[in-house]
This record gives sequence, C-alpha cells and structure tokens, in this order.
Amino acid sequence: MAKIYSKKSLVIKSMKPSKEIVSFLLSYSKALSVIKVEDQSFEIIAN
Amino acid sequence: MADIQLPDALLVKKYVEGDENALTVLINRHQSKIFGFIYSKISDRDISNDIFQDTFIKVIRTLKLKSYNEEGKFLPWVMRIAHNLIIDHYRKNKKMPMFRETEEFSIFSIMTDDSLTIENKIIRDQVEIDLKKLIEELPADQKEVLVMRMYQDMSFKEISEVTGVSINTALGRMRYALMNMRKVIDKHQIILTN
Repeated sequence: MAKIYSKKSLVIKSMKPSKEIVSFLLSYSKALSVIKVEDQSFEIIAN
Repeated sequence: MADIQLPDALLVKKYVEGDENALTVLINRHQSKIFGFIYSKISDRDISNDIFQDTFIKVIRTLKLKSYNEEGKFLPWVMRIAHNLIIDHYRKNKKMPMFRETEEFSIFSIMTDDSLTIENKIIRDQVEIDLKKLIEELPADQKEVLVMRMYQDMSFKEISEVTGVSINTALGRMRYALMNMRKVIDKHQIILTN
C-alpha cells in the first residue's frame, strides 16, 4: 500500500455548530422584520 | 425532504419572500462547511460558534433587507462574511496572538523561564550582601538619602521633606553616595555583576 504523505486537512467537515446556535438563529430570523423607509431601514424584533 | 433538492438561489428567494423554512434548509445544508471553515481558522469551538452565529445574523439581516443580489452564489457569499468576521476577531485579539507548534516553529523558542538558576541566585544574594557593606561605609547623610531612594522607593521631594534639606541637597548627596561607592568598587576591584 502506498503511504499518504500529505497532511490531514484542517477543515473537519463533520463539525457542526451547537444546536442552540442554530435554534437561536432560526428564532431570531422569525422574530426579525426589517422595514425600509426611503433611505433608512428599521429593524423590529418581536418578543 | 423535497426542499433539500432545491437550489440555494431558489431557497434564498423563498426566504426573502417570507418562507422561514427555507432558512432552516440553507443552514442545515451548509452548516458543516461554514462551521468547519471557521473552526479551521480559529481552533476554538466556543469562538467558532460565536462567529458562526454572527455570520448568520449578518446573512439574515441582509436578506431581510433585500440587499442580497448574488443569486446562485450563496455559499461563497456566506463564507466571505465568515472570513471577514474571522479577520475582525484576530484584529480585536491582536494583543494576544496564538502560536501553534509547527515543524519550523517551536513554541519553546518564545517560552523562556526567566527565573534565576540556583547558581545565579547565590551570586545575586552575594552581590546584595557586598552592596550593603559598601552602603554601610558611606557618610551618614549620603547613606540616608541612598537608602530612602533605592530601598524605600521614596521620591527626592519626599526625601527632602523627611530629612529637612532641599531637593537639590538630597540630589547632591545621592550623587556623592554613588560616586563614593564607585570609587570603593574600583579601588578594591569588587565585581558586582550577576
């Protein structure tokens, strides 16, 4: 068998962010609404 | 399950139009790649989570603001945001750089033990004993000023107040004390080095 001399990739593809982070992002997205008025934009976060 | 087959561009469009599930699919689809990319640069799970969160907060805000116009290039766009946040993170932590041991660079080249060896400690103690003997030989007024300045860390103003002489006189006494000590050191060829 040929030896593999290349270094292992630093990117670990199976790594995932914590579930809390993903859950927070989805909740944040649902709560956030952005209203654009002329040149200005307003962000509203519903509780 | 059908949504998983949808291209990113369509999911982005659906999300912008108000379909929150589209974001869930996008995050599930790309989370490993994005998080893996961040972790490869940061090597800290908690900080990587923070950067991942900040990345998607930017993504969500930009999409909700309808400012996103790179259809078909969703992942590279998110990666670029993550990359910029990683750079920001390193800029903020410039004072505390992280060193990684590699073949060319050894961590021990910057980690040194500054504490004295036993031999150096003995020498230092001996030097201090010699120095104290020299100070004892000084005239009382010079000795008083030198001890206050060097051992009690008093300012010349404080010394002048305590001894009742002017600052200039105290400075002069200090100067003469040092000159006298140098003379004795030269005369007797005393070595006061560590």
